[in-house]
Amino acid sequence: MTAPRPLVATVPGGLALRAVWQYRGFVAGLVRREFAARYLQSVLGAAWALLTPLATIAIYTLVFANVMGARMPGTEDRFAYSVFLCAGLLPWNYFSEVVLRGLNVFLEYAPLLKKVSFPRSVLPVALLCTATLNFAIIFGLFLVVLIGLGRFPGWAVLAFVPLLALQQALALGLGVLLGVLNVFFRDVGQAVGVLLQFWFWLTPIVYSASVLPQRARGWLALNPLTALVDAYQQILLTGAWPDWAALRGHALAAALLCGLAAFAFSRLQGELVDEL
Amino acid sequence: MIRIHQLGKRYKRYPNRWARLGEWLSGRRWRPYEERWVLRDVSFDVAPGEAVGIVGANGAGKSTLLKIVAGTTLPSAGHVETDGRVAALLELGLGFHLDFTGRQNAIMGCQMLGLPSADIDALLPAISDFAELGEWMDQPLRSYSTGMQMRLAFSVASAVRPAVLIVDEALAVGDAYFQHKSMHRIREYRAAGTTLLFVSHDATAVKTLCDRALLLDRGVLVRSGPPDVVLDYYNALVAARETAAGISQSGEPGATVTRSGDGRAHFAAVTLSDAEGRRRLTFQVGEEVQLSCAVDFHADIAAPTFGLLIRDRLGNDVFGTNTFHLGTSPDRAAAGEQLVVTFRFRLALGAGSYAISVAAHTGDVHSADNFDWWDRALVFEVVPGSEPFFMGTTHLPVAVSIDRRRSA
Repeated sequence: MTAPRPLVATVPGGLALRAVWQYRGFVAGLVRREFAARYLQSVLGAAWALLTPLATIAIYTLVFANVMGARMPGTEDRFAYSVFLCAGLLPWNYFSEVVLRGLNVFLEYAPLLKKVSFPRSVLPVALLCTATLNFAIIFGLFLVVLIGLGRFPGWAVLAFVPLLALQQALALGLGVLLGVLNVFFRDVGQAVGVLLQFWFWLTPIVYSASVLPQRARGWLALNPLTALVDAYQQILLTGAWPDWAALRGHALAAALLCGLAAFAFSRLQGELVDEL
Repeated sequence: MIRIHQLGKRYKRYPNRWARLGEWLSGRRWRPYEERWVLRDVSFDVAPGEAVGIVGANGAGKSTLLKIVAGTTLPSAGHVETDGRVAALLELGLGFHLDFTGRQNAIMGCQMLGLPSADIDALLPAISDFAELGEWMDQPLRSYSTGMQMRLAFSVASAVRPAVLIVDEALAVGDAYFQHKSMHRIREYRAAGTTLLFVSHDATAVKTLCDRALLLDRGVLVRSGPPDVVLDYYNALVAARETAAGISQSGEPGATVTRSGDGRAHFAAVTLSDAEGRRRLTFQVGEEVQLSCAVDFHADIAAPTFGLLIRDRLGNDVFGTNTFHLGTSPDRAAAGEQLVVTFRFRLALGAGSYAISVAAHTGDVHSADNFDWWDRALVFEVVPGSEPFFMGTTHLPVAVSIDRRRSA
């Protein structure tokens, strides 16, 4: 017999994390199910989790480094561009996966939300875990390749942990907030898909900010991901630790977004289920 | 224990999407929606271990009420308190995933109930046994029939005895055998102290399973009491709604009489007598009896139907039929006329107390044109006769043969 469970509707924010802990088996189950469902009917299975980003990296490297002759400013290294690209692209994929999944999380789990009572905070946590696992696999592989190439950046790589945590807090807050709105206005889902493409190209991931004119760089600095992506690239290319003080605004924004998402969800969750 | 206090559920109907956007942008001062209350000011308590059945027509708010108690839908007003774990069987499937096997779905279902992994491992064999899926447990759900999915869902949801069990018609799915099996489990849990909230269109199930019934009508709780009384009232309500006639109910529970109808025909007297025509209210098992109904007509009626229904002490239907089904309805009855309808039958009933209800209407059921529905028009007693002892409410003539063989 489990401990008495309070009605989901009455679980306030503070209790949400405790509820998630009690339902950790369910979170693990959702993550496992997500992976299994994605590759269940395929022959290559989980290999697709690697093949897709590898193809992207290959295309960008081919087009930018070889066809267009892009070089990292100041180096003649053939691999420098690929490392630079991965440093931005892999975390970006991690970011956009969480935003897009958050956007659709309530629609996707509508049958579950309508039929079964469980702490709703389980869903964002599960989707964050799934994306993190995805990212950990590909990024781990990437680090192994770096070691093989003799380009491992050293201890500074540890800085990825807090940087990514910050980035994913932004992604989760944004994703869930948009996800709540998306239930009521499906336009949000369409718009975010388009906006993410703009966002990708307005972040110095495939190109270096240093190739841009000074004025454009000023605008680019308004993009919160610019500073994060720049930090990733510096760590991997030069082994430099990030400038933590420059990220105080990010931490504040992440906290605000997560708070806003939690507030919007708690205010609208009654109508949200009715609308599904 | 369930405590429901002034519960209300309102759905908003917007003329278009822009209207909702407008409402949000105006800080909810502009309210461009139509309100539709599917539940309004519903309050009741269910004591620990009590079983309460909820009856009502389609759209009365029964399912919404259960969903709110189960926690999948949030109320617009009021609140619900429950203590302990709530298990709900509201709709088929428990959010099952068709690509996964029965076992994987069962594990997921248990996780959804918040059970720890160790417990789930221990419970799986029991779940599999109860659902009687055998090797199907390792087949994807896609290949399951509706009944099989339902069996799995019930087995998972009821794997651990909950403090509160909520069942919505789900038992109507699946074969008769499994229905019996699941009813048995529900009874066991009831006996062990589980509080039960039960919605069904099956009056017998509500009567036999529940201590109390609630009647919901258009989102409002209109009646609460012993199941047979509430169900009689509900039947009368259904009939009355069609004929727009009044309903009256009087007396103490157990001795209540419900009578409804538009009065175009009226039962003046209903009597029960033996084969010799002597009026009696006590008979021996298997005795021939005559039920005579004197019906006054206040309007010209074509092909009126007269029906009888015998119920046992608990209110379970034992036997019922009418002249429509028997093919003995008169062609017509004129205003000012009295017809005396006599049913003759053998009382092949077990010992006990029974009530007879009579009805005059047209067609095959009393819901169409209900002239007079007289619930518990009379109560009679059946006592054992010369036959060998037997149990139950039905006397089946049994022949026994025994073959003796020498075992090899």
